[in-house]
Amino acid sequence: MAAFLALFRRDLSLALRQGGDTGLVIGFFVLAVVLFPFGVGPEPEVLQRIGAGIIWVAALLAALLSLDRLFEADYQDGELDLLALSSLPLELAVLAKCAAHWVATGLPLALTSPFLALLVDLDPGSIATLFASLLIGTPALSLIGSVAAALSLGARRQGVVLSLLVLPLYIPPLIFGAGAVEASAVGSGARAYLLILSAASLAALALCPWASAAALRQALE
Amino acid sequence: MINWLANPARFMRLSARAAPWCGWAAAFVLAVGLFWSLVVAPPDYQQGDTVRIMYVHVPAAWMALSVYLFVAVASAIALVWRHPLAEVAARASAPIGAAFTFVCLATGSLWGRPMWGAWWVWDARLTSVLILFFLYLGYIALANAFDDPSRGGRAAAVLALVGVVNLPIIKFSVDWWNTLHQPASVMRIGGPRIAISMLAPLLIMAVGFTLLFVALLMVRMRTALNERKAMALRLNAGAIPAPRPGRERVASANTVVP
Amino acid sequence: MTEIGAFFAMGGYAGFVWSAYGIAAAVLGGLSVYSWRRYRDSIVTVERLQQDLGRRR
Repeated sequence: MAAFLALFRRDLSLALRQGGDTGLVIGFFVLAVVLFPFGVGPEPEVLQRIGAGIIWVAALLAALLSLDRLFEADYQDGELDLLALSSLPLELAVLAKCAAHWVATGLPLALTSPFLALLVDLDPGSIATLFASLLIGTPALSLIGSVAAALSLGARRQGVVLSLLVLPLYIPPLIFGAGAVEASAVGSGARAYLLILSAASLAALALCPWASAAALRQALE
Repeated sequence: MINWLANPARFMRLSARAAPWCGWAAAFVLAVGLFWSLVVAPPDYQQGDTVRIMYVHVPAAWMALSVYLFVAVASAIALVWRHPLAEVAARASAPIGAAFTFVCLATGSLWGRPMWGAWWVWDARLTSVLILFFLYLGYIALANAFDDPSRGGRAAAVLALVGVVNLPIIKFSVDWWNTLHQPASVMRIGGPRIAISMLAPLLIMAVGFTLLFVALLMVRMRTALNERKAMALRLNAGAIPAPRPGRERVASANTVVP
Repeated sequence: MTEIGAFFAMGGYAGFVWSAYGIAAAVLGGLSVYSWRRYRDSIVTVERLQQDLGRRR
């Protein structure tokens, strides 16, 4: 347990100290959402209709940006080998790193979303649902992303491979996350979506550390 | 039988005879199937001659899915039992599966345009097949992304298994998403009910495609095994000590000092 | 003659039907040709390397 917390704190302080990581993610998030009205026109009705989807997709892409830094640095300087050999099970080490990643990227994304929701003219109920959906869904994004990051460790053109791997895997959370907000805008059924989203995040919590650890072991062989 | 096939040398001997046989059989069956699909089979009452596209589209779809399952099973065998040929088989078949998926998408689009008036619709089945195509591309990209080919093979094997778990999840999510966003007009996406006159060319083409897959798989596996042999021979050549003394030895990174 | 013409016209859907079959043939045929070529190359490479090795010995 102590080892778990130590790893979590270490990763978190590394991410926050650099500051650039969180800044980059939030910056991209805001930019991407801001670009859309220029593309589709400023009419509030149109933006309201597609706003939830825009924000969710932008969040996905922003999360994608930060994934390659999850394991890469530790892989390069040998820290990952030490982690694999330590008494802390590799699965828990992955979990600690994902938790730190989420606090440094997923959580800020969720916190920024209400402000961006104002840009696309969502009603207050939808804004609350959006925040909730991102809060519940971003852990899944970090966890699923960790599997893709572990698989592509040390690959040539890692960024491209990572994107190609993670896109199909991100579609289910996207469907239910954005769907929750739309349901809330219509007035009904958001709870069902959020429950399914929670189930997805919990399933990711159970399965992804195991898959990531397996992939990491392959990389360290 | 899987264990019996584990020996690469035995596989090479068997496939030396089996591959040409499969290849010719595939060519023959496909020729018969094409003739049947284009000439013998009747045009559909509602869809006219466009129904002939179905004879390519549907078998391609069946192959797209079956090959992915094959890749997943072979990957599992490679990871769990370390079967030497399983990984080779998985990597060799992925591009074939991707090709069938592309054919399925393209022919489906060409069937959809005259039938529903749209090149593409985001219905559950089409969307799932599109994502399946991306899964194939991701697998191929990952397998080839490493300088060390065995690392690539292992990573891709894990990805194949992750993907196969994800496939039903994707199908379910897209189904859900689709039932909510169904456009107002009703579209008959299921296609015609199959009459026996249409079932025959469909099955013949399916058999032909399967034979083609097996033939191509064996050719690609033989190629992969040859390429590995070539690499081993190159390494061997570099490690051979210098020829008779007194002769100028060309400096090489692979030369072993005797 | 008109029968052949009718066959190629595919009831007015010629563009779609023939494009579909064409794409299928191009993709699957292309893959087959590519795979076969690469196979032949691999055989040549192995034989050449084996000869080199035999000669060196």
